[in-house]
Amino acid sequence: MGEKDVLGRRGEDLAAEYLTGQGLVVLDRNWRCRHGELDIVCTDSVRLVVCEVKTRSSTRYGLPAEAVDPRKAHRIRLITNAWLAAHAVPWVEVRFDVVAVLAEPGAPVRMQHYPAAF
Amino acid sequence: MGLARTWSVALQGVDGCLVEIESDVGGGLPGIHLVGLPDAALHESKDRVRAAVVNSGWPWPNERIVLALSPATLRKAGSGFDLALACAVLAANGALPQAALDDTVLLGELALDGRLRPVRGVLPCLLAARAAHVRRVVVPVAALAEAALVDELEVYGAATLAEVLHWLHDEFDLARPGPVAASTCDDEEQPDLGDVLGQDDARQACEIAAAGGHHLLLIGPPGTGKTMLAQRFVGLLPRLSPADALALAAIRSVAGRLPGAGVLTTVPPLVAPHHSLSMAALVGGGSGVARPGAVSLAHRGVLFVDEAPEWAPHLLDALRTPLEDGAVRLSRAEGTVWYPARFQLVLAANPCPCAPAHDRDCVCPSLQRRRYLGRLSGPLLDRVDLRARMLPITALSIDVEQAESTAEVRARVLAAREAAAQRWAGNDWLTNAEVPGPVLRARFALPARVVRPLDVALRAGEITARGADRALRVAWTLADLAGRERPDQDLVETALFFRDRRAA
Repeated sequence: MGEKDVLGRRGEDLAAEYLTGQGLVVLDRNWRCRHGELDIVCTDSVRLVVCEVKTRSSTRYGLPAEAVDPRKAHRIRLITNAWLAAHAVPWVEVRFDVVAVLAEPGAPVRMQHYPAAF
Repeated sequence: MGLARTWSVALQGVDGCLVEIESDVGGGLPGIHLVGLPDAALHESKDRVRAAVVNSGWPWPNERIVLALSPATLRKAGSGFDLALACAVLAANGALPQAALDDTVLLGELALDGRLRPVRGVLPCLLAARAAHVRRVVVPVAALAEAALVDELEVYGAATLAEVLHWLHDEFDLARPGPVAASTCDDEEQPDLGDVLGQDDARQACEIAAAGGHHLLLIGPPGTGKTMLAQRFVGLLPRLSPADALALAAIRSVAGRLPGAGVLTTVPPLVAPHHSLSMAALVGGGSGVARPGAVSLAHRGVLFVDEAPEWAPHLLDALRTPLEDGAVRLSRAEGTVWYPARFQLVLAANPCPCAPAHDRDCVCPSLQRRRYLGRLSGPLLDRVDLRARMLPITALSIDVEQAESTAEVRARVLAAREAAAQRWAGNDWLTNAEVPGPVLRARFALPARVVRPLDVALRAGEITARGADRALRVAWTLADLAGRERPDQDLVETALFFRDRRAA
């Protein structure tokens, strides 16, 4: 695993911890299909919450949340469909969240949660 | 997270419209969404505003920002909204008190480092703000002199975004404009009418044109002083009234041509474009919302068309509607704008292409001669009230003392204008040239005996009905200059003489 993957993994762990703390139940993590990967799939017992976690170690190339552009949002929707099909889930309301984690070296990790971001 | 509201002004021509800028911060991924018909320059302000705020050391909200410009149907152009947008975002983020932003119009373009750059059209924006009963206005420091021309408003000048933000927190005092130096640059040396040798007819035509606001055509061989006379013509006109001076300054401001000296110039403008100008430069134009052209920049002054036959016919004919209406209406896909254009037309032309000193030496074929002045279309010439032939100068030793100076002629012109203004008091018009024909014929009807020369000329087909009205106006001006109550038959005949097509 490269350094950036370690950083991403750490961010995802933090995000999962945070979401659990918010009362959500994590159903799946790092689910892969041919379109790509879902970071965290969880539920608040009413709807499915698909969460994209974006971690960065500096804002030199912009904020982590800014990296979630319309293209990425589209891809996540596509993968979510694949996840729903693979698990044979009947119709369910889906919410797409973004958790932005900024882990600058020598500074406390900052995390921002954007519920229903797209 | 929050909602805030700031104010700015959008321009449609020289008319401004107060724009409410609402900003909503929160509830989504970071990004700026600008709604309310912004143009390309305004779309780019998203990036400018963010960079300016961050580089001024203020926090930028990492959330979804929606900026709405209302009225949403009005097309908004330009970079003048930057300051208001920046303040709206910061206020919605809780960094600025909303109360300080109420009743305050913010104008200015932001540089990436937070400096405030001047924008075009500050003066008309402020006039609109005053009409909307706004209490105070912040403009870029560079536009402060221009902004000071508008009274009844608290005007502040800022050099940077940080200054404005501290000022809104009551921690900083912004620059205030100095007193308006009224017409100091007006005393500039104007060329004097006494410089022109001879040319009594043309001089008199100039005097009549200045007294009544009539249009003028000067025809003569080269080097006889057509251009000299036209340049001295402005000196004969009265100074602009404060309202007219402000209207002219507003047009210049929209055109980006207002000298930043902080003075309201009251000298009537002289606009003398070269004949190679484009249609857009003449009547106004440009992409998006049209900008004012030469006819508007000559508002309440003189448009001098030198070498008129060299002008493209479609340009000269484009002058016809502004000559009648005193305004131009320019329609583009993005809306129609209206610019005032009440100018006095002074045309100058040679009698023929070869134009020798003495007309008898002309070698042009008669057809070419006819064609040359034929380029001035009939409808245009019909709107020209006074035609003067310039004579070749036969001796340079003409006593210079004899030539009347600008001051002498101007005194007569002002007296005549005063007489006319008293007669037309209580109406919309100030000069004889502006009086509507029906009013002239009904309310100020002259005895049938006096207007008989007009009837004769009309019956003979020498003048048009409009021409008759126009000759009547000139006759009134002649009466004003002569100190008479009303024109008599002689003066009507003189007016017709100056109208004579054969001179052209």
